[in-house]
Amino acid sequence: MSSTTPNGSAAGSTPPPAGPVGPVSTESVPIKAIRLRHPWRIVFAVVLIAIFALIAVDAAFRPAYDWPAVGKYLFDRRISQAAVVTIQLTVFSMVIAIVLGVLLAVMRLSPNPVFKSIAWFYLWVFRGTPVYVQLTIWGLISLIYTSIDIGIPFMDPWVSFQTQAALNTFTLAIIGLALNEAAYMAEIVRAGLLSVDRGQEEASTALGMSWVQTMTRVILPQSMRVIIPPTGNEVISMLKTTSLVTAVPFSFELFTRSRDISAETFNPIPLLIVASIWYLFFTSILMVGQYFLEKRFARGVGDRQVDKKDPGTATGVITGVVPVPGAGQPTAVGPPPAGDPPINPGSGGAR
Amino acid sequence: MSDMKMPETASRADVPMVLSEQVSKSFGSNEVLKSISLEVKRGEVMCLVGPSGSGKSTFLRCINHLEVLSAGRLSVDGELIGFRETHGKLYEMAPKEASKQRRDIGMVFQRFNLFPHMTALQNVMEAPIRVKGLPKAQVEQNARDLLARVGLAERADYYPAHLSGGQQQRVAIARALAMEPKLMLFDEPTSALDPELVGEVLDVMKGLAKSGMTMIVVTHEMGFAKEVADSLVFMDGGVVVEAGDPEQVLTNPQHARTQAFLSKVL
Repeated sequence: MSSTTPNGSAAGSTPPPAGPVGPVSTESVPIKAIRLRHPWRIVFAVVLIAIFALIAVDAAFRPAYDWPAVGKYLFDRRISQAAVVTIQLTVFSMVIAIVLGVLLAVMRLSPNPVFKSIAWFYLWVFRGTPVYVQLTIWGLISLIYTSIDIGIPFMDPWVSFQTQAALNTFTLAIIGLALNEAAYMAEIVRAGLLSVDRGQEEASTALGMSWVQTMTRVILPQSMRVIIPPTGNEVISMLKTTSLVTAVPFSFELFTRSRDISAETFNPIPLLIVASIWYLFFTSILMVGQYFLEKRFARGVGDRQVDKKDPGTATGVITGVVPVPGAGQPTAVGPPPAGDPPINPGSGGAR
Repeated sequence: MSDMKMPETASRADVPMVLSEQVSKSFGSNEVLKSISLEVKRGEVMCLVGPSGSGKSTFLRCINHLEVLSAGRLSVDGELIGFRETHGKLYEMAPKEASKQRRDIGMVFQRFNLFPHMTALQNVMEAPIRVKGLPKAQVEQNARDLLARVGLAERADYYPAHLSGGQQQRVAIARALAMEPKLMLFDEPTSALDPELVGEVLDVMKGLAKSGMTMIVVTHEMGFAKEVADSLVFMDGGVVVEAGDPEQVLTNPQHARTQAFLSKVL
């Protein structure tokens, strides 16, 4: 009874001990202790609730907020149309930004010094100047370049069109937002690409795969786990940044539209509340979406099947998965995988 | 012209698989390899041993051009690695040409480096499909055969994270073999494994050696070296200290440095 030597080879003669060395045949007694009290938390919470309640009651009856006007304009046709435009601006510019961002990140990490320099210069310019200034410049682009000519320099252009006619303010707003965002997306994608273990690139190079194949087949798919969560963040951020396109000036999105309406009614506060409610509504939806995306991509690369297949045999005949850093899990900058990878199933294989 | 070709093809079997002539490699001012001259014949198994930092792995990586030589010449199967020689001048190879050379040289890494987002089968199939452009059905059949050969036929659809280290390394060997290389490089293939898993990987490698594959193995497994290797090279500080018959070098090392090293590992 006391000679419970942890010896695997002796398992044939004596039944293996069920637990660690200690008194046998006594069940462990659950701890019954009085929980630690936190009286100050309760006090603090009560005070806070009281303050908030006072503010809320005060706000409800304060005439400046003009709640009836909020209710009236919340589903005003012009406002809901502006909300749609805001979504359009967000989606279009994010899609362009992501594509361009991936391209820039890959260029920045490419062995080609020309590509590297171009990407670096792009980032330097677009990250180094305020987006408001960029949007203003895009708005003035038709003053700088009155016409856009495509062709060989110093010869008659093949195609030529007037900038002002070709690019309306909506297009300019999307261009301005997308090109600025691309610089930030490039950094996110770059972090994702760098998070993939270097051995992966070596392995595919050693197999004779080209650099492009290595990127698209091996590195990019593995970096998605790190890229997706901050990209969700950027979408939320972009939704709010659309309020700056008034600089172009494009005036059909949520914020500028509500400002324009309030300019007529001389009652700006309820319309600001209306705009805020819409922004909050959209960001809340995006936050929910991001939660699920993160959950999906935070799973360990190989873990997606562990619960479908029987986990007992997943480790194979030889019980034990050797945790090799970088072999199974790429060293991630992002959040840790939700389902922890098996650290040492050899001892804890039977859950 | 045709007369000239005849003797060349006849002597092809005499061309060593790997010929290293005064190969040196520096990282900045740090000279990792100092004038390494070695020859590996067709079907030969050579084991490289030595303390860490002795340049074994770097030398191995030079052979498939993962590292670029600083000096000397290195050729595989009579073909200069990483450079083209025309009229006595060396031209750096384009990445395309270099990867064409790498196709014929399989490499197995210490940390397996399997693609974690692909199953064992997909890992083995990836390069033949993408690099060689072979039809999928044929590649899959070949890949399943290879997995069976390394004893992992039933694990084909498992992701690397669900395989033991030994199993992962055997998949990695199958992945390298899928390109039908003429030379296999092993960079400490068992160093990252639990001791009880080393045997299964060495068994696969022994089988491979028996089948006539030319292999260069960087290893600390002296038992394996003794049993399988045709030649053993002891490296230290970037130079070849001693080389020869494994039995000879291991039991009766001539050099003091070899003796000191072996007394610690044996």
